[in-house]
Parts: sequence; structure tokens; C-alpha cells
Amino acid sequence: MEFKIANKAKMLTLILMGLGALCLIIGIISDLGSHHLTQRLLVNGLTNGFYFFALALGALFFLALQYATESGWYASVKRIIEAQAGFLPYGIGLLGLVLLIITLMDGAHIYIWMDPEVVKSDPIVAGKAFYLNKIFFWVRTIAYFGVYYWYFWGFKKRSLLEDKVGGTDLHFTNYKKAAVFLVFFAVFSSTSAWDWLMSVDVHWFSTLFGWYTFAGMWCSAMVVLVLTVLYLKKLGYLPKVNENHIHDIGKWVFATSFLWSYLFFSQYMLIWYANIPEEVTYYVTRTQDFRFVYFFMFIINFAFPMLILMSRDAKRHAGILSFVGLIILAGHWLDVWIMVSAGSMGTNAHIGFIEIGMAVLIAGFFIRILLTNLSKAPLTPVNHPFLDESIHHEI
Amino acid sequence: MAEKVFYAMYDDDDILKDGAKHLVSKGVKVSEVFSPFPIHGIDPIIGLKNTRLGIMAFIYGLTGLLLATIGMRYFMVTDWPMNIGGKPNESYLDNMLAFVPITFEFTVLCAAHGMAITYMLRNKILPGMPAYNPDPRTTDDRFVIEIRTSENSKFSAEELNAMLKETGIVELDQKEI
Repeated sequence: MEFKIANKAKMLTLILMGLGALCLIIGIISDLGSHHLTQRLLVNGLTNGFYFFALALGALFFLALQYATESGWYASVKRIIEAQAGFLPYGIGLLGLVLLIITLMDGAHIYIWMDPEVVKSDPIVAGKAFYLNKIFFWVRTIAYFGVYYWYFWGFKKRSLLEDKVGGTDLHFTNYKKAAVFLVFFAVFSSTSAWDWLMSVDVHWFSTLFGWYTFAGMWCSAMVVLVLTVLYLKKLGYLPKVNENHIHDIGKWVFATSFLWSYLFFSQYMLIWYANIPEEVTYYVTRTQDFRFVYFFMFIINFAFPMLILMSRDAKRHAGILSFVGLIILAGHWLDVWIMVSAGSMGTNAHIGFIEIGMAVLIAGFFIRILLTNLSKAPLTPVNHPFLDESIHHEI
Repeated sequence: MAEKVFYAMYDDDDILKDGAKHLVSKGVKVSEVFSPFPIHGIDPIIGLKNTRLGIMAFIYGLTGLLLATIGMRYFMVTDWPMNIGGKPNESYLDNMLAFVPITFEFTVLCAAHGMAITYMLRNKILPGMPAYNPDPRTTDDRFVIEIRTSENSKFSAEELNAMLKETGIVELDQKEI
């Protein structure tokens, strides 16, 4: 069945974008005299650029995971995962643009290792210069973007082709390609998190950081998936998707929330216990300057899904899932925001019109692209080899 | 009145499912099904209620959480305050992070053991208990439906017998209790 964007949805995304832009402009005007305006805008650009890029990348990863494990249940929601991954080019554009501006401004006090003065005066930054320098940074960034886009393009092409030709050849091609993609992703998800987010706190390092970022990305991608499925179900699309599929995606939300919390805690507790000055600075900034926001973020990302989504019935209830989902989305946005702003702006960072405005603006844009992508292909794949299994999915 | 129990044996789980559907549609109450593995989708057919084991698991987990918290608070803070790695335990909350892994492990321990023991008690399969199974072949490749006359007072034993024979049984056994 073909999906058509309802006029109401078109209006709503426009209103979201308009409201966001309005908020952003109010924020900029009221902040005009401040020295931090440019930095604040770029911090938010990086936060939102990464966050929405990660929503698409998380979906792409999830799709590859299903291909590589030859799962059956997901076949009837596959097109939604693909539509979500379809934001990838736009995400690359957004994030790439922000990174480019930051690079042209010699780090803009966000990536201080890009500033030649800092490299000269700071021996720790100088010691990392073989890895953290502008040229190598861009070589890596382009490699990440290129590989991700290349695989996204291939999966999308083969998925549409499968609708026409059928058979299992494309399925096995996807299986192999997905396995190779996961190998790339395993390395790149970690190193890209170091490059884009951890290098904000350039003196600090954590080997867990990549997984932590990845878990947050995965969790928010699952939430967007379940919200999209629920929205489409409500409009009467996806007749083949039953509550068992929704239950399964709900379980993913629950499980990845736990994965994220587990990694948050592992990173936090080890650093707290060892109490090495060069490591604890990261958490001292966050637990002192951002005390409320930081722990609030942890609680809504951990306690809400744990307590509310624990029971079987809650994972099958559209209202509860949407409520928890929206809270988790906000929570993970806060997580990324704290990662970027605490390291670069410190006590000058706070949530105001600019933060909310830019997030709402890009969220509206994201939803619009997601809906447009949904309308471009049949909502249920026609010749997926596991489609029959997916239709009879029951747990 | 002596109670009669019918054991209808099938050699395929799908045929058993069809048979159970057939019997239930006529108003027969199937009291039990024996099978070497869980038969997918049999629960709603014979009218089994959803398991409450999950609720018990939650309660056991909560018990473990509380026990671990109370215990550690007493051992490490009240009774003999420990100073580990330059972190004196002056209050439980100060060093809460260090106690989280143990709390978690103990919660899982209590939930898992509690669930397993409850399951065994409820199903009367504790080690050494007599087998409740009508035929040892149901642990291998046969499937058995159990029907009791006391639960089906609407039908006579002959009617039940006839109805069972309409389904694809391979053997029919009767016992009087």
C-alpha cells in the first residue's frame, strides 16, 4: 500500500519548523550582545547535527543487523526502517556543514585542538596532534560519511529491486554486505564518536565512549521506529503489522535503554572509583555545573523505560509507548547536548530559546523527510523472502 | 461417582491443536496437555490464563534489591564503616555507586532462584516428586490431551469417548480414579 502524507501532517511539520525557526530567531536576537553567540550556535548545530544523523545511522545499523542475522519478523516494518535511514544524506549534510564551519573557524572553542595556538601551548593536545589534526580529522570524517552512504545506497537500491525481481539472490547479497557493513560500523561508530564528540573534551579520554554514544543512538533510533509504526497504524496503514511486531520493537526500546544505562554506569563508576584527576574532570564538570540536567537526563533515560515498559502489556499499548518514547527522545537529545556543551561552553551553557528552537526546527525537518521517504516506496515490501514469516509473527 | 480420565494420544502437535480446537468448540473442557516441547499457540485454545510468574519475578527481584541494600548498609556503613580506596563509608548514599553492582547481582539472583523454585513448586516437579505424566512417551515424540469427566458434567463418558475418536488420535486410554 502506498503511503500519502496527509495534509495535516504536512501542516504540522511546517508549523514545527516555523515555531523552531521563530524560537531560534528570538534566541539569537536576545543573545546578540553575548560573546558566546557563535559558539552557542555551533554547539547546538553539532548537537542536533549529530543527534539527527544518529537517528538515521541507528536505523541503518538496525537494518544491517536484521540482514546479517537473517531475521524474519521485521520484514513488514522494513520500509519504515529504510525511510528512517533515508535521512542519512540530510544528516550527513547537516553534520558535515557544522563540522566544516567549526574547522574553518579553527575549532571555534569547541574543538580546541584545531586551534594552532592551543597546540603550541598545551603539551597534552600537542601529544595527540598526530591523530587530532584537521587533515586527518577530515579524512576520517569523509571515510565515515562515504562508507555509511555507500551501504545505505546499496541497501536501498537492492530493496527496491527486490520488489520487482524477487528471488533470494538479493537477499544473500544483502546478507553478505550487511555483515561487512557491521564490521565497518563496529570500528567507525567508536572512532567517529571519539572524533566528533569526545574530542570536545580533548584532555579526557574513555574507551567506553564510543559504545556509550552508540547505545544512545540505537535507543533513540528504536524509539523513532516504534513511533512511526504507531503513527502509521493509527492512520490505518500497515494492516500486516500486528501488536506482536510492536511488542518486539517495544522490547528493543526497553533493552537498548538498559544497554545505554549500563554503559553510562560502567563509564561513570569506573572513573569515580579510580579517582584519577585527569579522568574525573569530565564528570566533575557534569556533576557540578550540570548537576540537575545531568542526573535528570540519566533518570528519564533509565528509570522511565525501566519502570513503565517493564510489563508485557505496556509494550503493546500505543499510548504508553508513545509517552515513554517521546521522553526518551528528549533524554537522549539532552545527553548529546551535555556531551558537547559541557566540554566546550562549561558554565556558560544553558537551555534557552536557541537550544529548543534549533532542535524543534530540525525535528520538524526530520519528520518531513521521514514522511516523504515513506511515501516513495510501497509500505510493505512485496518479495522479501521472510515476508510470510513476518506476517505470521506471534510471540 | 467414580471419575473417568481420558488420555488421547496424538503423534503430531498440529493434529493435537486441531483436535483441541474441535473439542473446545463443542464445549469440552480440556484439563491438560502433555507434550515434549511447548506447543506454540495451545494456551488460548484450551483456555489457559496468562502466567503470573512475571509478577512473582518482580516481587522476588524487589526482595533481593531490599535485602542487598539493607545488608550492605549494615555491613559496610553501620556496623563497621569501611574505607576502601580512600572512600570512607560515612553514609550509604555517598558511596552508592560502589554498591550498585552487588545490588544488581543480588536482585538477579533472587529473581532467578525465586522464579525457578516457584515454577517447580507450582508444577509439582521438585526433585524426587512422583511423575505426573500419564505416559513416558510424551517426553519423546507423543502428545497427550487429558480430559476429565468431572470437569465435563454436560457429557457422558461415552459421548466424550466418541468425540475424542473424531479427532486424529493414535491411541485412547481411560482410567478411573
